Amino acid sequence: MRESPRQIFVLVASFALLAALPWIAGAVGRPDLVTLGSQACVMAIAAASLDLLMGRTGLPSFGHAAWLGLGAYTVGILAFHARDLGPPWDQWAVQAWAVWPLAVLVPAALAAVIGALCLRTSGISFIMITLAFAQMFFFLFVALKTYGGDDGLTLRRRSTIPGIAPRDDVAFFYVCLTALVLVLLLLRRVAASRFGTVLDGIRQNERRMMAIGLSPFPYKLAAFVLSAGIAGLAGALHVNLFRFASPDLLHWTMSGELMVMVVLGGLGSLWGAMFGAAAMVVLHAVLAQWTEHWQIVLGPILVAVVLLARRGLWGALGGK
Amino acid sequence: MTLLLEQLLNGLQFGVMLFLMAAGLTLVFGIMGLINLAHGSLYMIGAYAAAWATLQTGSFVLGLLAGLSAAAVLGMALEAVILRRLYARDHLDQVLATFGVILFCNEAVAMIFGRQPLMAGPPPWLSGAVEIVPGVPYPVYRLAIIATGLLVAAGLYVLISRTRIGMLVRAGATHRELVGALGVRIGLLYTAVFGLGALLAGLAGALTGPLLAVQVGMGERILITTFVVIVIGGLGSIRGALAGAMLVGMVDTLTRGFLPATLRAVLPASEADALGAGLSSMAVFILMAIVLLWRPRGLFPAHA
Repeated sequence: MRESPRQIFVLVASFALLAALPWIAGAVGRPDLVTLGSQACVMAIAAASLDLLMGRTGLPSFGHAAWLGLGAYTVGILAFHARDLGPPWDQWAVQAWAVWPLAVLVPAALAAVIGALCLRTSGISFIMITLAFAQMFFFLFVALKTYGGDDGLTLRRRSTIPGIAPRDDVAFFYVCLTALVLVLLLLRRVAASRFGTVLDGIRQNERRMMAIGLSPFPYKLAAFVLSAGIAGLAGALHVNLFRFASPDLLHWTMSGELMVMVVLGGLGSLWGAMFGAAAMVVLHAVLAQWTEHWQIVLGPILVAVVLLARRGLWGALGGK
Repeated sequence: MTLLLEQLLNGLQFGVMLFLMAAGLTLVFGIMGLINLAHGSLYMIGAYAAAWATLQTGSFVLGLLAGLSAAAVLGMALEAVILRRLYARDHLDQVLATFGVILFCNEAVAMIFGRQPLMAGPPPWLSGAVEIVPGVPYPVYRLAIIATGLLVAAGLYVLISRTRIGMLVRAGATHRELVGALGVRIGLLYTAVFGLGALLAGLAGALTGPLLAVQVGMGERILITTFVVIVIGGLGSIRGALAGAMLVGMVDTLTRGFLPATLRAVLPASEADALGAGLSSMAVFILMAIVLLWRPRGLFPAHA
């Protein structure tokens, strides 16, 4: 994958802008912009992980919010039980280095089971079945009254990262931004690897991949698991950002919004998902400020994007 | 024993409702190749129009007619304005565009009717209960729903397997291009099929309204269960939709009815109720997983 000069310029400019966001927010007297920036980074990680499935492998999963939510609840539930645990576990259960990897592993392990089931189907059934399984997790967390049920679970304080004060929003923004950069670099590496090439081949023509002697199933499952794990990381950051996890994170509308971010940014374009996510987060914030019924505006925008803008934001940058 | 009988009938009632939803969705998928998430919105619109008209006029029949016509008219308008452009697109585009339609419909309904649920109970001549077997009373209204649903299923069977329109529908499902080449006006057929699906969704909504609270978001709840029905039954197959709907209706109702009580034997009551509710919400999804392990293409695959 080669980025055009214009795309590289926009990419560098965007990251420079993001890195300078806390100063800009301070200069214009809007410290809430920092939180908005963190949210955009977190959603960008989730959208980029979904793009690995939708854009690269051609698997339109409508249940990606499940992994986001499971990652968030993994962090939330461990912190919830931290006091009941004896040393040294009570310390470990709130340490980022200990719980964030778990927030990746738990969704990934569940995705291995559920992915193996979902991948028995394809096309439209795959969309429906991923949606259904995600909704299953949603109902599970609504029913778990111990962890707040409908009302959600509050995180008493952010996961401990050595050298960073838990209430420092600016520092946490840089944590999110670093995570985003690392995830995007990892995904770019994956895309350029042999594994990524096989995924491309599966999307373009699965039968041909089989004809040249590759079994698509393990590759598709690996992509499903990897993508769920990265979404779990996004969930861990999300629960830390708002110190709150709720079943809304697993709701099917969240899955839908993640798909919109990917398509809005440009399907299969890796960097595009970031722009799609940022656009959606900003659009939300702007519309929600303007009217309580912001969805009545968002709905038609989605329809228009699907019907008219085929290549997404990133594709439009590519020119031609 | 009485409880079991009652729950079986409840399951049947939920099953026929799911069938009304699934039949339309699976027809539209089978013939136009369209996955329409907004099908749940048509159900919601049917329920709102019916409840509103019932509350205004005091007549259940007028309410039912309002629900049916609102869903059918809006459904056909939706098809003509937006969905028609999506037939040739891939499923992802269809999902996203109809997702946008859902957001719009939900918010529009919330703006018109507010967030408070509408309540319009069953009409006097359908309320009360009868004894189906001595000593087991059962609400007349639910029996009426079951009867209506079974009648519609029978009517649909006759329509599809015995009439000229049905022939076109069946032909359209298997050999779309050929039917067009033979001079059938495909555009008109598509609109008619979509209108029929919308009508069935509206009927389901209007009939269910008096049993539940009519509120925003009711459409998506049943839509996702309908997806489970269709995946279990086999995409595009009416017979599969019927089998899947009955299976899902029964499993969902019976687990909701009996699981919390069973759990109470081993857990404290409040814990058992919460966990039982959660597990029974998950039951149909587990059922779907089992069916898919056994038959990845559903019970009655349409194009086997």
